[in-house]
Amino acid sequence: MTTSAPVRHPGEEVLLGFTRAVRAAGVAVTMDRAQGYLEAVALLDAGDPEGVRRAGHATLCGGPADLDRHDQVFDTWFDPRGELPRSRPREERPAPRLTEVPETDGDGGGDEMTDDVIRARASEAEVLRHRDVATLEPSEKARLEAMFATLRCRVPRRRTARHRAWHRGEVDAPATLRASLRRMGEPSEISWRRRGTKPRRVVLLLDVSGSMSGYADALLRVAHRFVSACPAGASYGVEVFTVGTRLTRVTRALAHADPERALVAAGESVPDWSGGTRLGESLQAFTDRWGAAGLARGAVVVIASDGWERGDVDLLAGQVARLQRLAHRVVWVNPHRGKAGYEPVQRGVQAVLPHVDDFLAGHSLATYAELVEVVARA
Amino acid sequence: MQVAPSPSSTVPTPSDAARGVESVEDLTARLAATGYVGDDSLATTVWLALRMGRPLLLEGEPGTGKTSLAEAIATSLELPIVRLQCYEGIDATQALYDWDFPRQILHLRALEAAGGASAEEAEQGLYDERFLLARPVLAALQQAPAVLLVDEVDRADDEFEAFLLEVLSTYQVTIPELGTVTAAVPPVVVLTSNRTRDLHDALKRRCLYHWIDHPGLEREVQIVRSRAPEVAEALARQVVVAVQRLRDGAGLLKPPGVAETLDWARALQMLGTTDLDLESAARTVGALVKYREDADRVRTALDRMLAA
Repeated sequence: MTTSAPVRHPGEEVLLGFTRAVRAAGVAVTMDRAQGYLEAVALLDAGDPEGVRRAGHATLCGGPADLDRHDQVFDTWFDPRGELPRSRPREERPAPRLTEVPETDGDGGGDEMTDDVIRARASEAEVLRHRDVATLEPSEKARLEAMFATLRCRVPRRRTARHRAWHRGEVDAPATLRASLRRMGEPSEISWRRRGTKPRRVVLLLDVSGSMSGYADALLRVAHRFVSACPAGASYGVEVFTVGTRLTRVTRALAHADPERALVAAGESVPDWSGGTRLGESLQAFTDRWGAAGLARGAVVVIASDGWERGDVDLLAGQVARLQRLAHRVVWVNPHRGKAGYEPVQRGVQAVLPHVDDFLAGHSLATYAELVEVVARA
Repeated sequence: MQVAPSPSSTVPTPSDAARGVESVEDLTARLAATGYVGDDSLATTVWLALRMGRPLLLEGEPGTGKTSLAEAIATSLELPIVRLQCYEGIDATQALYDWDFPRQILHLRALEAAGGASAEEAEQGLYDERFLLARPVLAALQQAPAVLLVDEVDRADDEFEAFLLEVLSTYQVTIPELGTVTAAVPPVVVLTSNRTRDLHDALKRRCLYHWIDHPGLEREVQIVRSRAPEVAEALARQVVVAVQRLRDGAGLLKPPGVAETLDWARALQMLGTTDLDLESAARTVGALVKYREDADRVRTALDRMLAA
């Protein structure tokens, strides 16, 4: 390609091809956006690279993250020497797969026999609920994964400043007056109102560092249950981030209805899977970029981590304290907490405990059900 | 706006509101004349929005001059500005129009007292334009050409976004009792957002997007000189250098925006400071940062900076 003579394409084709490349890079470019782009480039001078770049910023992008992606594609698309950004080589993780529940018993036997089998399986499921997810055999893991569907996630609600019409409560003076004015000032029925409620936002921050690798998969499944609990496109809702050496937003990836595909998508978008832990810095990045802007304000923030902090413990404590001031409730989930003989001796855990509203275990399905309940009642 | 089958071959007709703005350079000069100092990429986007007749969506940190850009556009085009401040729970009666019920009642009582009009005439007289309270969107359509500033659209609810979408695509408002109000000239629409939540993609797609970043050193000095001309050049430069370092390196909870830089420079000037020193900085730090923890950090950072 680089040695052959450059092929001349008509301008429109090059630009439309570029919009496709930008879309492939993850920017939501639609037909009308592409059309707007052509229009904008025609208005500016197509020969001026800076102008073409700005036209792309204005018409194709919809957020600061889009701007970076656009520029990356722009540099390579309009520079024949460059190469298109390759997707990062991903280490092969076996895709989690659902397997059939193994038959524990052959056929045959009367009613009494099947009854026994069912009961035995039920209690087996109960045992599995309390097993540590990091120590499960692959077959048990597959069964447990299916059981995550039983988690009924509910989003907590908060009071709003807006009132709703109600048949009791306080007198809705404006509505009553307006109704009576509509009747030419004659007194009419009295309207009543009460404060409305709104779903409270839930923010999940999941530690995916090496020390949490046994639990990251299960935690993402819990997160997926939370994300699928709220309707698509709602302005409130659930936000999920992974923290490790850096902060990654995986809400979009987890929006897929099928848990397996959602988890694969989330795994692809997390660059620091099983890496080190710089919890304090990641939390700071979260609060700076998202939390203080309003994402964490009044929200229920769940941090799932074992508290093995390699960075500055004071920074971690300061950031959690800051989160607690912003958020409605900060819940810390520690997979080791539910184990026998656990003491919160890690420096990270000790530093954050004073700033945490709830300190929960998080190693088995039963503890995740408890977490769901705590969040729903927050 | 017309739909052109092959947009790159047909140059769209310029929006009437933008008539007179010949080029990006012209627009930059006009904005500069109002005291708004922006970079070329911002001017390009604004110019495109004017020419393509599209709304302009501005996002950025608080205090980077999103609202003042809309004001500068209005001043430079010599158009009136109509501002719609969004908040949670805003609905169509607060954005579009409402009927002035008390005046309608008064009108009827007056007719009653005069005893002249027939029932039909009285009824027709009620839904007259003089009893219509034009809220910002309708006002902008009526006053067109005008600049409609929809401020902090991220604070409004989803339903309101859908409603905005409708108005922004047709630039008309239907009042059942009166008929449809269409803008003679589509207004120049500027939406601002602080990104407290993601806006719907449908709304974003209609708009041209621009992310306003904190300005660089030279540009911020220019902004201070242009917005607060009473501040001496040397002091302005010292203030901006300090603010830029604080923004990048001091780990503040809320890094100061340009608005805070201006406040601080003015505060220092009012105290008669000619040279930024620790004592005057400590006395005026409240203009710059609004958290107790930040104030402490600024003091220690300035201590190091001024000692060096």
